[in-house]
Amino acid sequence: MNGSEFSWSEFFNMGGYAVFVWTSYGLALVMVVANIVSPIIERKRVISRIKRAIRRETNTGKAG
Amino acid sequence: MFKRIWGWIQRFSSPKHFYSISGKMIPWFAISAIFLGVYGLYMGLFVAPTDYQQGESYRIIFIHVPAAWMSMFIYVVMAVSAGIGLIWQIKLADMIAAASAPIGAWFTFIALVTGSLWGKPMWGAYWVWDARLTSELILLFLYFGYMALQSSIEDQRTADKASGLLAIVGVVNIPIIHYSVQWWNTLHQGATVSKLDKPSMHVDMLIPLLVMAIAAKLFYAAIVLVRARNQVLYRERNRQWVRELVEKL
Repeated sequence: MNGSEFSWSEFFNMGGYAVFVWTSYGLALVMVVANIVSPIIERKRVISRIKRAIRRETNTGKAG
Repeated sequence: MFKRIWGWIQRFSSPKHFYSISGKMIPWFAISAIFLGVYGLYMGLFVAPTDYQQGESYRIIFIHVPAAWMSMFIYVVMAVSAGIGLIWQIKLADMIAAASAPIGAWFTFIALVTGSLWGKPMWGAYWVWDARLTSELILLFLYFGYMALQSSIEDQRTADKASGLLAIVGVVNIPIIHYSVQWWNTLHQGATVSKLDKPSMHVDMLIPLLVMAIAAKLFYAAIVLVRARNQVLYRERNRQWVRELVEKL
């Protein structure tokens, strides 16, 4: 990365700061994935909860 | 005239209207966030030159600074929404505030941890109790406080009022975070981008930083809409239109 030829091992080494740099990028990736997955799970939970409530009400004969 | 505008605001802030509009907006925010995120990562990791003082360790900046900006930006969005909800009783505003909190907390956490991972090689310590770091940690606790009030109070209106009040009071922390590096003698470096004169940063470093910041904003836009739609479904669960919609899913 110092102007000369590009090398992957040099790239991953990050000038000796690999642990700090890649942990930071890795945590950012975890954050992105968690923020995508968790609202999707939440959505499924809310929908199934409403569906259950509707079924319960129709079974007991109560009007919604 | 005022009544017309008010009627217009109410119609467009109706949860039902929001639900259908936001559903169409999410893919566009998501796609542009991915494109800018990939471009920003490429520019930041491969194109941006090595820093003459910090070597390669400075590349943490492309995660750390956008995350720190988002932590404050989302807080302001949350507090303003909560304020609108409190004053004008617009339910959608409370939902946006509630949807923002966990995302803001995540960004704050990332800003703190990446800052810590940058601090160790540069300052020799993962953590110091300096003004910038401490006020950012308080921001994380404000998010936690908001979420705790939201989830612990059974009645939704009371929960919105209590947590909204906390969010509004906590806004004083935002200028403290921003100016902490000037007001106190801190270890944390001063502003490099938002200075009034020319930013003291190489343009090849500045571009990926700004690209990543915009990507983070678009990511937030997509996720906050997904979360706000969950809020709509849950809070309006006894409404006919929600029931009809859910039965089709």
